[in-house]
Amino acid sequence: MAAKKKTIRTIPQERTPMREQDPQERARNFSEVACGYSVEDALREADRCLQCADEPCVRGCPVGIDIPAFIQKIAEKHYHGAYDIITDTNLLPSICGRVCPQENQCEGVCTVGDTLEPVAIGRLERFVGDLAIQESWANIPYIEPSGYKVGIVGAGPAGMACAADMAKAGCEVTVYEAFHQPGGVLKYGIPDFRLPNDVIDAEIDKLKRLGIKFECNTLVGRLFTIEQMVTEMGYHAVFIGTGAGYPSFMGIPGESLNGVLSANELLTRCNLMRARDFPNFDTPLKPGRHVAVIGAGNTAMDALRVSLRLGAESVHCIYRRSRKEAPARIEEIHHAEQEGVDFNWLSSPVEILGDDNKCVRGLRCVKMELGEPDESGRRRPVVVPGSEFEFVADMVVFAIGTNANPILGQTAKLKLNKWGYIATDENLATSIAGVYAGGDIVTGAATVIEAMGAGRRAARSMKAYLGLRDSESVYDAAAAGTRFGIPGSEHGFARVRLA
Amino acid sequence: MCAFEIVAREDFSPVTYLLEVRHPLMAKAARAGQFVIVMETEHGERIPLTIADFNRERGTITLVIQAVGKTTKEMQRNCRVGTTLYAMVGPMGVPSPVPHVKKVLVVGGGLGVAPSFPQARAFQEAGAYVIGVIGFRTKDLVFWDDRFRAECDEVIVCTDDGSVGVKGTVAEGIRLAIEKHPDIDECVAIGPPIMMKGCADATRPHGIRTMVSLNPLMVDGTGMCGGCRVKIGDEIKFACVDGPDFDGHKVDFDDLMARLKRFTAEERMALEHWNDTCRLMKQADAMAAPAKGDEQELY
Ligand SMILES: Cc1cc2nc3c(=O)[nH]c(=O)nc-3n(C[C@H](O)[C@H](O)[C@H](O)COP(=O)(O)OP(=O)(O)OC[C@H]3O[C@@H](n4cnc5c(N)ncnc54)[C@H](O)[C@@H]3O)c2cc1C
Ligand SMILES: Cc1cc2nc3c(=O)[nH]c(=O)nc-3n(C[C@H](O)[C@H](O)[C@H](O)COP(=O)(O)OP(=O)(O)OC[C@H]3O[C@@H](n4cnc5c(N)ncnc54)[C@H](O)[C@@H]3O)c2cc1C
Ligand code: SF4
Ligand code: SF4
Ligand code: FES
Repeated sequence: MAAKKKTIRTIPQERTPMREQDPQERARNFSEVACGYSVEDALREADRCLQCADEPCVRGCPVGIDIPAFIQKIAEKHYHGAYDIITDTNLLPSICGRVCPQENQCEGVCTVGDTLEPVAIGRLERFVGDLAIQESWANIPYIEPSGYKVGIVGAGPAGMACAADMAKAGCEVTVYEAFHQPGGVLKYGIPDFRLPNDVIDAEIDKLKRLGIKFECNTLVGRLFTIEQMVTEMGYHAVFIGTGAGYPSFMGIPGESLNGVLSANELLTRCNLMRARDFPNFDTPLKPGRHVAVIGAGNTAMDALRVSLRLGAESVHCIYRRSRKEAPARIEEIHHAEQEGVDFNWLSSPVEILGDDNKCVRGLRCVKMELGEPDESGRRRPVVVPGSEFEFVADMVVFAIGTNANPILGQTAKLKLNKWGYIATDENLATSIAGVYAGGDIVTGAATVIEAMGAGRRAARSMKAYLGLRDSESVYDAAAAGTRFGIPGSEHGFARVRLA
Repeated sequence: MCAFEIVAREDFSPVTYLLEVRHPLMAKAARAGQFVIVMETEHGERIPLTIADFNRERGTITLVIQAVGKTTKEMQRNCRVGTTLYAMVGPMGVPSPVPHVKKVLVVGGGLGVAPSFPQARAFQEAGAYVIGVIGFRTKDLVFWDDRFRAECDEVIVCTDDGSVGVKGTVAEGIRLAIEKHPDIDECVAIGPPIMMKGCADATRPHGIRTMVSLNPLMVDGTGMCGGCRVKIGDEIKFACVDGPDFDGHKVDFDDLMARLKRFTAEERMALEHWNDTCRLMKQADAMAAPAKGDEQELY
């Protein structure tokens, strides 16, 4: 602990690289691209953290993980301690470590990043999370039943985070999910090569061990309404985390041709429904040979890279701004480039061309240039006159964002905002008493960790509403020692609260 | 909500069968015009099926299915009383509006007869005079005419070959009905796209509002994938959350029919793959237990 003060000059200068599958090889398989840190890698990277007193990184993280503290634990080789610190605020470290856009969050404000490459906080977090799965660590706190029943709608990151906090506060929690499997976008959207399904299942398993019940195949709003949950079904509080969904199209000619689909459809067929193993799994997907994906967010990167893995010969990304403005995680763009995606920056589609069988045969685009900045501060793209160009495509995928899912708005007297998302106050309470909402269905498409943060924020409000003490007050984070002869890390046992 | 048990089954013809599935909550919530999405097995496809009937006392919903491809044929073979479905979610879609009208024409073509039945009943309960028009290819395929007779004030049965009732398609039945009742103020038509298109064409000159129930390919059924998008006038709608009922005079049926062919090659491949697997399984069974002759006819 009494290590001498580190400075920017004394720490390892280079960010520790993460081993990755070879681009040529991985572009044809669905195994994970990034292989994670070894213990040595993690120790070396942990050594790069300066333990800044002002902790800018903590403020950069939407859930405020105590980053220097967990990195310190890694440096001390006390990995379980690191896990305890992370899980104080973030239940799903293996997931966030993989999918957070760290460059805009924790790592974007890391002090080391001012001079060198920032500390690889996400990779360290993933290292700890993966180790926890491997070693079956789970911090099951002492739970005192509160007698309250809580219903959660949607088993995505927002719903799961809220469920965990409410379960820890002693509530009987049931999560209702429309799909046949829980996980939300993590399961149906983000592909295996970025976030393997076993990782998600392992994290969900931990939630089940907290006593949370998952009821899949349940379309809330239609099978029963939100109002029924709080009246007839006896839920004392309800959280809505149904995500965004409802993919947008552009309204250009040719969108109903066969071979035009949303990224959500492509990814759901491929990931959740396993169309990539057709015909051993029944869901079909006609793989494109020449694929064009419109958009440059994470969804677009996933669609591009999935298409490559399904055997496409050429894969084009069409985006109306430049690489600098692309909303995807930098690492994903970089990986896509390595794998052979052909990026068409500053271009926009104007028409999808069809053949006699109403199938796609090509795409016509125009070149764009960046003009004056718009409200979002990004420079507005404008069409370059006479710059039309065409190329061959047999599949066109739209990944240009989503709108609010209409089902709950159709079926409950929930106040919606002008875009159709659920309106909430600053405590994430909706217009129905006892009903809270968070995640993409409130903010529009955002990030996994923001959705989880919203789930936790709502949980705090719900606990206040029910008059429950915050879970932290009964959660014994530090107890790693043996109590009554039971080691604290023993899985399957409830951790005993210190009197 | 885990086991979705099949409590009754009835076979109407070599290709049509009825399954009654236990799901008390859904039986309570279901309304005419809604559908479910079913997965027979964990490896299966999510297929949409209309709720043809629901029984709140028994806590069951009824599906009427036509065996057209891999999944529906496999279900025909495997779904016996006492077996369970891996997944069933619903009721999905916006319930059919049951406007207060005086005289309504409820049209069902082929398999569409089943899902149009709860609509006929709903209109009957709302106090309308209900004329049922149901059409089949031939006499042997006729089903539920008795149920229609019980809920409708008048029923016209049509067969393509004239083996029973009026000779011709349901469009002919509609023509006869309108001739007799010029004051029909609403029409509901359910069946194959081509038949619904014919119905919309038949009612258009008379200005009778015609609601049709669209059946595009679906994946999630929750408005998340956009696979089910249909063209209604100038607008794009998602059938699973905005429908499945739409104004038949505005629907672009040609677009719907073209989009239903999206996966023709893959569907054929799935069926062939399944047939091969069945053949192998059958051979293996035959070798393992040569005496089990009586079970062979199952296949
Ligand atoms: C392809 C793709 C890639 C992405 N990549 C990243 C990334 O790398 N990093 C990152 O931070 N973010 C990424 N995102 C964004 C991130 O996944 C989302 O912001 C996040 O998942 C939102 O969480 P949520 O809980 O609000 O909703 P969701 O994850 O959408 O979960 C909602 C759940 O509710 C269910 N549901 C909906 N309606 C009902 C109903 N009526 N009844 C019952 N259940 C219902 C849905 O089936 C779903 O399971 C990506 C998104 C996509 C689509
Ligand atoms: C809202 C809705 C309600 C439906 N209700 C019923 C119902 O009550 N009973 C019933 O038997 N079927 C119904 N269908 C159609 C049913 O979903 C399909 O028949 C089924 O998905 C076919 O699966 P399969 O694997 O057996 O055949 P596939 O191998 O997928 O297809 C075989 C053949 O069937 C055609 N087909 C596939 N999907 C559809 C479809 N969605 N609509 C029409 N033709 C299709 C294909 O073009 C192909 O020619 C409904 C569809 C929708 C969207
Ligand atoms: S949860 Fe995300 S933002 Fe927060 S520390 Fe981890 S990787 Fe960074
Ligand atoms: S800002 Fe960077 S160096 Fe400073 S404590 Fe956070 S991770 Fe460590
Ligand atoms: S089936 Fe996916 S949006 Fe309708």
